[in-house]
Amino acid sequence: MSNKKFRPDVDAPVYKGGYSPYDIIKEGTIAIIVIGVLTVLLSMFFGSPDDPAVTIKTWSNAAPVDFATTAASELDGSSTTGGYGAPYNHASSGPFIGPFHVAQSVGVRIPINTVKDFVVSPLKSLPNQPVLDQNLTTWSNASTSTQASWVASFTKAEPSMKFTGGHVVTSATNAGPVPVMIDSLTQMARTGALDQALVTGAGFYTTDFTKPLLFISDGSYLATLADKQHLTGDQWGMMNETGSYPGQAWLWLYSFWYQIPPFNTSGNADLLILGIMAILSLALLFLPFIPGLRSIPRRTKVYRIIWREHYRNHV
Amino acid sequence: MGWLWSWAAIFPLNNLGHYVHWHWFLVSRSNLIVIILMVLTFLTALFLPFPGRSSRKENK
Amino acid sequence: MSTTEIDRQWTTRLRKRAAGKLPPEKLLPDTQPTYVASWIYVFGVATLSSLIVVIATGCILALRGPFWWHGSQYGHFINSMHLWSVELFFFCMVVHLWGKFFMAAWRGGRSLTWMTGVVTFLASIGAGFTGYVSQTNFDSQWISTQAKDGINSGGVGAFFNPLDLGQMLMWHIVLLPLAAVVLTGLHVLMVRVKGVVPPFEESAEVAQ
Repeated sequence: MSNKKFRPDVDAPVYKGGYSPYDIIKEGTIAIIVIGVLTVLLSMFFGSPDDPAVTIKTWSNAAPVDFATTAASELDGSSTTGGYGAPYNHASSGPFIGPFHVAQSVGVRIPINTVKDFVVSPLKSLPNQPVLDQNLTTWSNASTSTQASWVASFTKAEPSMKFTGGHVVTSATNAGPVPVMIDSLTQMARTGALDQALVTGAGFYTTDFTKPLLFISDGSYLATLADKQHLTGDQWGMMNETGSYPGQAWLWLYSFWYQIPPFNTSGNADLLILGIMAILSLALLFLPFIPGLRSIPRRTKVYRIIWREHYRNHV
Repeated sequence: MGWLWSWAAIFPLNNLGHYVHWHWFLVSRSNLIVIILMVLTFLTALFLPFPGRSSRKENK
Repeated sequence: MSTTEIDRQWTTRLRKRAAGKLPPEKLLPDTQPTYVASWIYVFGVATLSSLIVVIATGCILALRGPFWWHGSQYGHFINSMHLWSVELFFFCMVVHLWGKFFMAAWRGGRSLTWMTGVVTFLASIGAGFTGYVSQTNFDSQWISTQAKDGINSGGVGAFFNPLDLGQMLMWHIVLLPLAAVVLTGLHVLMVRVKGVVPPFEESAEVAQ
């Protein structure tokens, strides 16, 4: 017999009591039937949400000025994607903890050049566009600084930009070929051709929607729809679902950190919170080995309710 | 079985949700109901008597 | 072949070891300790049952492809069943987790049972996430474009791209269900091998 000290939070006493009949197959069968019926009833009563996807076509038709300003920000790399950093490009060093720029050290593995991928290449694919082709040639022959100054002039005039008579109308001067490029891209978007161009760029078969999704999320249309549904980060959005459907209540703790300082104003919030949740998950995983935490059940004595009959019969 | 899915959903939850807002705490009514149900279910499971008591007393 | 030679075979050794650890009467018991007398104990099997419904409805959705349910009333109903069985799965799993925590169910050499449960919980969150981004609707678009920031920040986004429907769908219908089933299987088998954790005792005892 071992003389090892009994640790009540780690060791279990040897059970010397009785056993009663137990039908495990019956229990399992009843459980499946109950859960199955509950599932059918919930589905019958509440259904499930299916808000249709936003396309570049729907976005550019609903909010053409927002589309045009986003397209311009792709041209000078000032969009969220343009300035993202790894894994898309080298524009930024990205979030960090101390000296660790984790994403940057992994590198650019999904290269996105917003100028080429979102604007110039799609425009070049349009047939029979002599005026556009001339403007594209002007663009590609210019220096980077000239291109930047053109976009800057275009952006400066954005507050007065309108969409009239099916065209993007700007009061910008010294914007070079940019007004024609942006107007042409808006026309392309409104027909649905840009959705296709961004997806099939890699070949006939593709299931990768990285480019159109990044482009759409650079605009404010998607976020406006999400905000209405309380889905944004500062609305505990991670927990929520469209409409009145219950969402992911189990993500309450992940969502919580984004609501409080310093995370709610930090550019590093994503990495910091990922780190916190990783540590807390490890704590949950290794709970049996953490003194203090593993004695909470014994100290709180909730077990006395669970095993009250056992204690009554064996006193 | 066409009648089953042509019914769905009887009370679709597609209208914009109601939210409970208290300082920086913001939760949807649906999620709050789910969380409250979870707690109530847990408490009910703890306190509700479990059948077969006499059989277990005999076998103790 | 001599008996010793047969005994030394991998198959024989594995079979004897498995049968020794989990004989039929332990795998499919017909009695249980009298202390298993609370409704809290049903939430493990309820979670398992929800997982079975999740997988069954997932299989029906797989029969007709990822876009079927948008245009079919029957498909939409199966999608609803898939969603609600997932809600029931997490509901039951959380209540099960609370119960097991307050019982300190890791005691008596059951720490691996606890740990497989936690890993299953985390894998399920991953399975739920990949499911949400595979819906091919507005919800998928929003969730994927938001989640990418968290995932990218940890460097994982370079290899696990929430915006790549093909990748997300394959993780959702192949890799994560496999992980969930294997982990749940191990978890349940461990409960059968070790038995349900006995109640706390007030007095200190020497562990045998």
